[in-house]
Amino acid sequence: MAVLDLDARAAKLGIDLSQVDFNSVILPPGENFGFESDDEDVYEDEEDFETGFGNIIVVDQLPVDNFKKVELIKEDGLSMPVDSDTSKTLGYCFIEFNTRQEAEKAKEKTNGYHLSKRGESDIILAVYTFDDIERLMNMNEEWEPPQTKPYVPNETMNLHTWLTDEKARDQFVVRCGPDTEVSWNDTRHLKSESVHKLQNWTESLVQWSPLGTYLVTLHKPGVAVCGGATNFKPLVHYKHPMVKLVDVSPGENYLVTYNSQTPNIPHDATQVDIKIFDVKSGRLMRGFQGSADEFSVEGYSVSWPVFKWAGGRDDRYFARLRKNTISVYETETFSLLDKRSMKVDNVVDICWSPTDYILALFVPELDDGNQPARVALVQLPSKVEIRQKNLFNVSDCKMYWQSNGDYLAVKVDRYGSKSKKSIESGFEIFRVKEKDIPVEVLELDNKKDKIIEFAWEPKGQRFAVIHGDLPRPDVSFYSMQTPGRVSKLVTLKAKQANALFWSPTGKHMIIADRLNGKLEFYNVDTLMTMATVDNFMATDIKWDPTGRYVATVVTSSVMEDGFYIWSLYGKLLYRTLKEQVFQFSWRPRPPSLLSEEKEKEVKMNLRQYVERYEEEDEDVLDLLSRQEEEKRRVMGEEWEMWINKWKKLHEEEKLQRQNLLGEEEEEEYCYETVEELIDVCEEVVSLEL
Amino acid sequence: MRPILMKGHERPLTFLRYNRDGDMLFSCAKDHTPTLWYADNGERHGTYRGHNGAVWCCDVSRDSSRLITGSADQTAKLWDVKTGTQLFSFKFSSPARSVDFAVGDKLAVITTDPFMERTSAIHVKRIAEDPQDQDGDSVLVLENPEGRKRINRAVWGPLNQTIVSGGEDAVLRIWDAETGKLLKETDKEVGHKQTITSLCKSADDSHFLTGSLDKTAKLWDMRTLTLIKTYTSGVPVNAVSMSPLLDHVVIGGGQDASAVTTTDHRAGNFEAKFYDKILQEEIGGVKGHFGPINALAFNPDGRSFSSGGEDGYVRLHHFDSDYFSIKI
Repeated sequence: MAVLDLDARAAKLGIDLSQVDFNSVILPPGENFGFESDDEDVYEDEEDFETGFGNIIVVDQLPVDNFKKVELIKEDGLSMPVDSDTSKTLGYCFIEFNTRQEAEKAKEKTNGYHLSKRGESDIILAVYTFDDIERLMNMNEEWEPPQTKPYVPNETMNLHTWLTDEKARDQFVVRCGPDTEVSWNDTRHLKSESVHKLQNWTESLVQWSPLGTYLVTLHKPGVAVCGGATNFKPLVHYKHPMVKLVDVSPGENYLVTYNSQTPNIPHDATQVDIKIFDVKSGRLMRGFQGSADEFSVEGYSVSWPVFKWAGGRDDRYFARLRKNTISVYETETFSLLDKRSMKVDNVVDICWSPTDYILALFVPELDDGNQPARVALVQLPSKVEIRQKNLFNVSDCKMYWQSNGDYLAVKVDRYGSKSKKSIESGFEIFRVKEKDIPVEVLELDNKKDKIIEFAWEPKGQRFAVIHGDLPRPDVSFYSMQTPGRVSKLVTLKAKQANALFWSPTGKHMIIADRLNGKLEFYNVDTLMTMATVDNFMATDIKWDPTGRYVATVVTSSVMEDGFYIWSLYGKLLYRTLKEQVFQFSWRPRPPSLLSEEKEKEVKMNLRQYVERYEEEDEDVLDLLSRQEEEKRRVMGEEWEMWINKWKKLHEEEKLQRQNLLGEEEEEEYCYETVEELIDVCEEVVSLEL
Repeated sequence: MRPILMKGHERPLTFLRYNRDGDMLFSCAKDHTPTLWYADNGERHGTYRGHNGAVWCCDVSRDSSRLITGSADQTAKLWDVKTGTQLFSFKFSSPARSVDFAVGDKLAVITTDPFMERTSAIHVKRIAEDPQDQDGDSVLVLENPEGRKRINRAVWGPLNQTIVSGGEDAVLRIWDAETGKLLKETDKEVGHKQTITSLCKSADDSHFLTGSLDKTAKLWDMRTLTLIKTYTSGVPVNAVSMSPLLDHVVIGGGQDASAVTTTDHRAGNFEAKFYDKILQEEIGGVKGHFGPINALAFNPDGRSFSSGGEDGYVRLHHFDSDYFSIKI
């Protein structure tokens, strides 16, 4: 209300303003009557149209009736004004409720309600809250176009500055104890340089988005996404209380959050609540609620991520597995593709190609062998099955896509004999990008070997398999290069290994025995081991996104905790001892902007680039060694000072000591190193080139 | 270097001490019998029988004639080194923990643990020339103001004017040896953060090294109690020693077996770590013990050292020639 009206209003009500003590007026909580508060930094987008009458509704379109000469009928909160002249009701009434929420609820329920009396036409109630009417009456007749604010580029908000680091360093985030710290991996200076450190930055864990642009942090009220050049300010918040797990779509367009609630009654299913947000705006695009059974398939528990995103960076489709159905959604409308799910009986596992819109699915064996197991590749959005293969005597299978979507390997465990006692393993490998998608069958030399681990070479055509018996299984390497068959490169016998880590650029890999901490750095091109290192209790082994370095984390083993950075040849570059390291994760890099031809060009001209960088490296090394020398010199001098002081005191106390000992003190031995030049000899040696 | 393994104790080792001439090595363990070994070849000379509890510490007189030991059986005993006879037994009302002869061997400082209602205390006893004249009277008794906290080591300062003590409360203190007054104390930021387990004096009593469960060892000036150097180890430190010859410091420790939940498949991997004294950097380590290292001692000639572990073994190492030319 404008101040001018106050006087008029006061006069109408018969209140003498001079008698009113304005300071004693206490506004109801939450209401500010349209006055902006001075003390809070409150920015309101719309003008606040709240009056103090939020709990009153106006019911209009009432039938007009005759009434006795009363000004106003008031009865238990209902007041119906009557026109005193015509003795008729005016056709509307006010109903007062205790709270605004009740008023709003009543409005919702009764608005549009058909009130009909016998013989009379339908009366449809129109119900408004008092606030609605005030607002509509006070609306500005003129429409003002909104003002445009000039664009000010904000450097700190540039989300990609980390990629332009001159020294081409990578970042990583470490959570240890209550601290979360993002640092540069500076291997020239053999240390990590902190970018941003915050205590209690996140409630439980942090996660990088797939292209490395954002850092997702979890908090009680929801999830936040942080980014920016140096200070990692929270950019957008997404409301979803008590989120447990988070997934970001490959193109960083959408954020999926997961929360589950264990029920109070033990027999009820766990309730699951999943929300999908648009990353940039924070808008909730779609929510999925239900019991845990709806999000998993019989016999398997809910595995995260529940929604699998289709290949490529468009984020166009995502799919979910349900009993006998695969639901594929598209992100334009966030509804089911073609408005229906795909019915696939007994489907157990689905897996998207990392680059194309091809979905691989697996249906296990049924009816005791009468209906064989099946692996199929479905093209989307057409939903056409482009390839399928029946597999016989299968007990279980697992699908592995190669990172470029070129190949799909399906590990098949078969029953060796009819009695289903022994298990044999093999691979069916689909050459997805070739015409008709040929399938090749690969059997291990020893069919009965258990397959422990499988890994495709990223961006390459090779894969590695660990098979055999623990603790010393064999490791074999195969190549898909020759079309038509899978050729074996080598089998390394009796290796202490239980995990494989390919470098993200291919070519190098680490054969690891986790927990015992034995890491073997292996070059697959030359088929030679480069180094074997010992890192006891290393729980995490992670390549950096460029494939130059490996980080190993020794988490909470009380002895020598911290993280270690190694070169790809297996040399320990540096280590940082930190207590209670909970998480270590490299910041992913977006794919290169260079085209394939350009990359080839750079590779050919590598020599020229190498020279320049080598010079820089040498300079830094020089600087470091000079600094080190300086430090040692200073320390040495300081120590000399102490020694001299002590020697002096020792001398002074000599007499007293002799008295105590009661004898002549012998000279303590003194050792001197003497360098003697024995012989100098010059010899010319011819170099053989 | 090939170590000489000496298995004579059935229980974990607690302390090792060489005599001044460097030809004898005394070992104390939880099995009640301190043992004497030849320091050059590790041959056992004999044992001292008489204690009824774990022996925590020992010291030998300058002329190697007398040995004093402190034990959990609430006594500290004086022995004749050559014959092994017990010369005297000092009785206390709680376990004796640390013993140290003064310069001239006429006095000894003995600490006792807190026990029931008794607080921890530092006792100074007179040692008589003639064992017949020995009595159990205390010259001075210092009741630790902290009371409930155990004192792990107490040693004499230069010229017997002061006593330096350190223990479970992680604070090092210098006491006046005549009056018993507290002269100096380390402050919280600079000092250790957890129990001080071990203490080693330099050959000329000018500085000393302390080891603590906070995974560090620190070097201090003995007269002013100023922190000079800090050495960080990845494991809790149980024992420390300084080389009398080169500027090296040895630190030994390890996580106690009862505190570890996974077994270390690499048996024999508890190591004694060598650090450069001045640069504070690790230069190497000697592996071999099957359990945490509890005791370390350097031979006064600096050419060999020995380590005792939780596994009951004493390992004696004579250095190779390349040890003496180590450069970082």
